[in-house]
Amino acid sequence: MVSAAADEQRAAILETCREALAATAPLKRAAQASIDELSELDRQILVERHLISRELSGAKNGSGVVISPDQTISVMINEEDHLRLQVLRAGFQLKKAWAAIDALDTALEDCLDYAFSPTLGYLTACPTNLGTGLRASAMMHLPALVISGQMEKVVRAVNQLGLVVRGLFGEGSDASGSIFQISNQTTLGESEDTIIKRLGSVLHSIIEHEINARARLVENDAAKLQDKIGRAYGILQHSHLLTSGEAMNLLSLVRLGADLGYFPEDSRSLVDRLFIEAQPGHIQHVSKSDLDPAQRDSRRAGHLRTEFAAFPAPNFLNGADAKPQNDN
Amino acid sequence: MASPLKCNLCSKPATVHLTQIVNNKVHKVDLCEECAQAKGVTDPTGFSLSDLLLKASLNTEGSDTGPRCEQCGFTQNDFKKTGRFGCPHCYETFKALIEPMLDNMHKGTTHTGKVPQKALARKSLYDRLTTLELDLSEAIKTERYEDAARYRDEINQVKQAFGEKPAE
Ligand SMILES: [Zn+2]
Ligand SMILES: [Zn+2]
Repeated sequence: MVSAAADEQRAAILETCREALAATAPLKRAAQASIDELSELDRQILVERHLISRELSGAKNGSGVVISPDQTISVMINEEDHLRLQVLRAGFQLKKAWAAIDALDTALEDCLDYAFSPTLGYLTACPTNLGTGLRASAMMHLPALVISGQMEKVVRAVNQLGLVVRGLFGEGSDASGSIFQISNQTTLGESEDTIIKRLGSVLHSIIEHEINARARLVENDAAKLQDKIGRAYGILQHSHLLTSGEAMNLLSLVRLGADLGYFPEDSRSLVDRLFIEAQPGHIQHVSKSDLDPAQRDSRRAGHLRTEFAAFPAPNFLNGADAKPQNDN
Repeated sequence: MASPLKCNLCSKPATVHLTQIVNNKVHKVDLCEECAQAKGVTDPTGFSLSDLLLKASLNTEGSDTGPRCEQCGFTQNDFKKTGRFGCPHCYETFKALIEPMLDNMHKGTTHTGKVPQKALARKSLYDRLTTLELDLSEAIKTERYEDAARYRDEINQVKQAFGEKPAE
C-alpha cells in the first residue's frame, strides 16, 4: 500500500503500472506524467478538469497520472491506493462509464496483481473503499432546487439511501454554481451493478424534483426568475471584476436560462466550457505573468465579457419546460 | 450530548455539522471552522464524508498494546492516526478492530461484486509453483527420485499453463 511504501518501491510501482496501462487499448497513446514533473499550475488545471484528485496533486515523488487522448479516462498511480481508475462521461451514462472502466480493469489484470480477499473484496488502503472499491458519481446542475431552498431536503433524502451529496449549499451564496456531485458512499456488500442501478434511480428522481422546482418557479415567480437570469447575463457582459464564486453563480443562472429556452439551445455548451475556464488555474494559465487574486478577478471578468459580447440576449417569451442536462 | 458541540478532530467548538445515514444508522461529524476548511469540506469535490466519519470514530488516545502487522509493521495506533492500513495483510492483523466498524460503514460485510479472476488464477498458479519447487528440492535432498520426477513434470505443466497465456 502506498502509505507504507518506500520511495524506490513507489517508483517501481509507478513504472509497472505505466507499462501495464500502456498495454491496454484505450491508453495506447495516452499522455503520462509524474506528479513531480508537473508545475503547480499544471496540477491545478488537472484538478479543475477533474482529471486528478487534490490528494494526487499534493503527492510526493513516485506518483503519476495517465490520461487518454480524449481525456475521458484518467488513471492515478500511487494516490491513496496504488491504482485509481477513473472514467468520465458527459450526460447520463453511468452504465457506459462502468462498462468502460470494467473493461479497462479486466485488461489490467493481465499484468497487475490486485490485493483481493474473497470476503472483503478489493483490499484498499482505507476501509471505507473496501469491496468493489467503486465510486460512481454524477455531477448535477440543480439551480431550481437551490433557488427554492429545497437542497437540504434533497440531501437528507439522498443520505437515507446511502448516497452522499457534495457541494456548497449555504444560504444566499451559491459559489459553486449549483453544481453537486452525488455518489455512493458504501462499497462493500453490494455488487457494482446494484450500486450503479441505485445511484441511477436516485439521479432520475432528483432530476424529476429539479424539473418540478423549475416548473414551479416559472409558474409562480417568473418575474423574479427572469430578473435573476437577465441580471446574470448583464453582469457577465459588462463587469470588470468577478470572483470565481460569483462567476459560477452567474453562469449557473445563464445555463438555467438556456435550459428554460430563454437562450438558444447550443449556448449551453459554451456555458459549460466557461464553467471550467473561469476557475483560478485556467485563468492563470492563459496569462503570461503571475496573477494575484484581484488581477485574476479582472482577467476572469475580461474573458467572460469577451465571450458574452456575442452571446444572444435572453428571449423571455420563449419559455418552455426544458429538461435539466447533467454530467457524470 | 451537551452543548456546545466540540470539533471531533481538535475539540474546539464545532460550527460545521455533517450527517450520514448507513443502514438506518445515523453517523455524525462535528467540525470547527478550521478543520472543516482543512479537510476540504467546503470544497465541493475534495472530501470524503465516510473517511471523515472513520477518522472521527477512531479514538487515538491510549497505549499501543495491540498486534503489529508482520508484513508492514503497522500498529493499531498507526491505523487510528491515519485511517489507513499499511498493507493488505493488515486486514488480517486488525480483523477484530475493523470487523465491527464495517457494519457501520457499509451495506454489508461480504463482497458480492467483481472478482479479479485472471489475477487470482495467476496467483494460485504462482503459489502452486512455489510449493512444487519446495517439494522438489526436498525430494532431491532426501533422495526420493521418483517423487522428484513427478514434481518436475508438474512444475513443467504449471509453467506451460503460464506460457499459454498470451503475453502482451
Ligand atoms: Zn477542529
Ligand atoms: Zn500491514
